[in-house]
Parts: sequence; structure tokens; C-alpha cells
Amino acid sequence: MWRCRSLLLAAALGQLLLLGGCALQPWVKPYERESLADPIMNLQRSTLIGQHREHVYDVREGARGATGIQGTGCGCN
Amino acid sequence: MAATSLWRRLARLLGGFVGSLMAASGARAVVLPDNVGEAMAHVYSGGGVTASGPALLVRKNLGDRFSITGSYYADFVSNASIDVVTTASPYRETRNAYGLGLNYVVRDSLITVAAATSREPDYIADALNVDVAQDVFGGMTTVSLGFTRGWDQVGKKGEGFFDTADHWRYRLGATQVLTPNWLMSANFEAISDDGYLGNPYRVALVFGAAVPERVPSTRSSRAFQLRAIGDLGERNVVRGAYRYFWDNWGINAHTFELGYARYFGKDWMADGFVRFHVQDGALFFSNNASADTTYLTRNRQLSSFNDVGLGFNLAYTAKTVPGQYSVVVTGAMEFMNFKFSEFTDVRTGQLYSFNAYLAQLLVSVTF
Repeated sequence: MWRCRSLLLAAALGQLLLLGGCALQPWVKPYERESLADPIMNLQRSTLIGQHREHVYDVREGARGATGIQGTGCGCN
Repeated sequence: MAATSLWRRLARLLGGFVGSLMAASGARAVVLPDNVGEAMAHVYSGGGVTASGPALLVRKNLGDRFSITGSYYADFVSNASIDVVTTASPYRETRNAYGLGLNYVVRDSLITVAAATSREPDYIADALNVDVAQDVFGGMTTVSLGFTRGWDQVGKKGEGFFDTADHWRYRLGATQVLTPNWLMSANFEAISDDGYLGNPYRVALVFGAAVPERVPSTRSSRAFQLRAIGDLGERNVVRGAYRYFWDNWGINAHTFELGYARYFGKDWMADGFVRFHVQDGALFFSNNASADTTYLTRNRQLSSFNDVGLGFNLAYTAKTVPGQYSVVVTGAMEFMNFKFSEFTDVRTGQLYSFNAYLAQLLVSVTF
């Protein structure tokens, strides 16, 4: 009985979460994104500068990847 | 009259329903990045190594759904690093890298397929990339997935190409609009390597005697990075990044970066940043081993060390013709200091450290 109630409670909570998810609307409207669209807000402002910087780190440090920049790995030692 | 009013109400309801569906599915279609031509000159110098050369990149739209990207990159390397001067003779070589990519936009997705090749006299690396970026949630979230398959041929001067190395890279990322002034992104990448992963020229030391380096033929690594960028007002922009890296060779690394950017007048943009990287050494790294183990390396890149970088970028918009083109010239400079905790200079017995700089000059035309 207790287990049945727990399952029902979990299901109800799940439903609430799902309904909450449906009610969630994009909270920054397109017309509010002027600041975000400015080139100064780019995480990577130039492909060439970004790729070359990552290449310099890649061949001198033991860590690699997850930089959000593709195509930096040349495999060279 | 009543019937017309009912129809109008129904049409309004239907319109609202379709509108909300479009908003929910993010009907804001993704657009291709701008046409761009970039030319860069670069120089890295430090620790006895100088690498310089040109790099070019052109991206051109073909209609409103496709764009094509071509790139060329060259490194003219003069190598007299500590490894080279203590065990071999300084040398010069050239690396040429070529890339070709195709972008395709379909609804809210940007699909990129790209091929790259990098060629040195004793190392050839070919790779194929597939990346998909999808805008969701009214354009507030961009989810990206990517895969790279790499094939390398490893050679040695005088012996030719004698072995291969294969690479698999899996990427997953998300960029989220937090507020009208803040963005953040999270990226994860898993990399697997299989084949000859060492350097045929490098030696390790056992009781002071040089033996060929021996590293495992497989490696598996994971990296997770969080980044955030925000406008504090009046385009005073701050950014921060943190990456945690770990692999099955025993390396754990933390990388931090903090930056600040702002405009000076209409045409100048300045950016400054600090970067700090610290890592543990691989399990089989030894500066001078006291036993001849199965795997052994004296590759300082796999040792425990830290490096600090201090960088500046200055961008000048030289010309803008609205709706036609703009020309931006960017100069970038970074000063770095590497400090090793285990690796020593065998000539002095002291822990090794060196300073380096990276300079880049870029001309970028957006059209």
C-alpha cells in the first residue's frame, strides 16, 4: 500500500514536471537579443585565430578537446 | 453576422495555435554564417622552437542553404627544443594543412561536413568531420553534436612511413541564452586513439642511459568545458571558461581562462585575457627511471607542469560599406610561461622552464 502511494506520488510529481516544462516559454525574446548579436559577444570571433591558438596549446599541453572549436587536431607531435 | 464573427474567432484561435506551435518549435530559421575571407600571419616562438607562416580561409554561400569553406595553413618550423639539442641536431621542416567544408542549413539545423589533411615530411594526418547544430526552444538553446575520424601515417627520416594511428572524436555541446546579456555553453568531448602514439625521435632515460620512448598504443580521454560570456553594460564584456580533462594515461588537467573586452570609439575593439593550465603527469612518465618498465616516456607534454598565458587582441574596423562588405584588421599577442615540476634540463639538472609568445595578424573581409 505504502509502495503504491509512493509510486502514485512519483507519477504525480512527474506529471507536474512535464506540465511545468510545457509551460516554460523562451524568456528572452528575439527583440531583446541586440546585445547578444553584437560581434563582441562571440565566444569565437575569428575561426583562424581560434583554431591556431588551440593548435598551439594542443601540441604543448597534455589536455585536448571540448573547446567548441572543431578541426584543430592534426595529430602531429 | 454571427457566423462571420464565429469564423473570425476560429481563425484567430487557429492562428494563435499555429503561432504558439511555431514559437515552441523555434520557427526562427537558422541562417548561414556571413561570407568571409581571412588571411593571417602567425609566429610562435619559445623553448627553442619557432613556427611561423601564413593561413587563409574563405567561406562563400551558394544560395541560401549551402556554403563552402576552404582553408590553408602553413607552419615553417625551426626546431632546437631542449629534446632536440640534448639528443639530436636542430632541424627545419614545413607543415601544410588544407581543409574543405560544406555547410547545409535545413530549418533550424546547420549541418557541416568537412575534410582536412595535414602534411609534414614524416607525418601525415587526414580527418573527416561531421557536425550538426540545432536551434531549439525559440532559438534560446543550440545543441550540437559532432564526430571526427582521423587517420595518421607516422614516419621517421631515413626510414619512411612505418606505422599508423587512428583517432575517433565524439563531441556534444549546448549553448544557452541566459538573459538578454548573458550566454553560456557546455561542451564535452571523448577521444580515442589507437596506433603509434609516441615520437620515433624521442628518448627516455633509465639510470641516465638513453632508451627509445615506449608509450601505450591506445589512449582514451574525456574533457568537459563550461564557458560564460556577459555584457555588464555599455558593451563591457567579460568571459570565463573552465575545462577539466582526464584520460587513461593518468593525466588530469584543469584549464582556466578569464577575459575582458570593450569598444574604444566606433572602430576599435580591445580584448585582454589570462589563461592558466595545470596538469598531472602520465603514469609512465619518468625524468630518469630507476627501472626499465614496459612503458616509459620523457615527453614533457606528458609530465606534470603548469603554464600561464597573458594575451591581448586589438581589432580595427578599417572600412564598412553597409550591406556590402567590411574590413577588420586584428592583431593578437599572447605571452606564455611554462614551468615543469618533474622534467629537468639534463645539461644543468635543474627543473626546466621557458617563456614563449604567440603573435597573430589577421585581415578579415566580410561580404
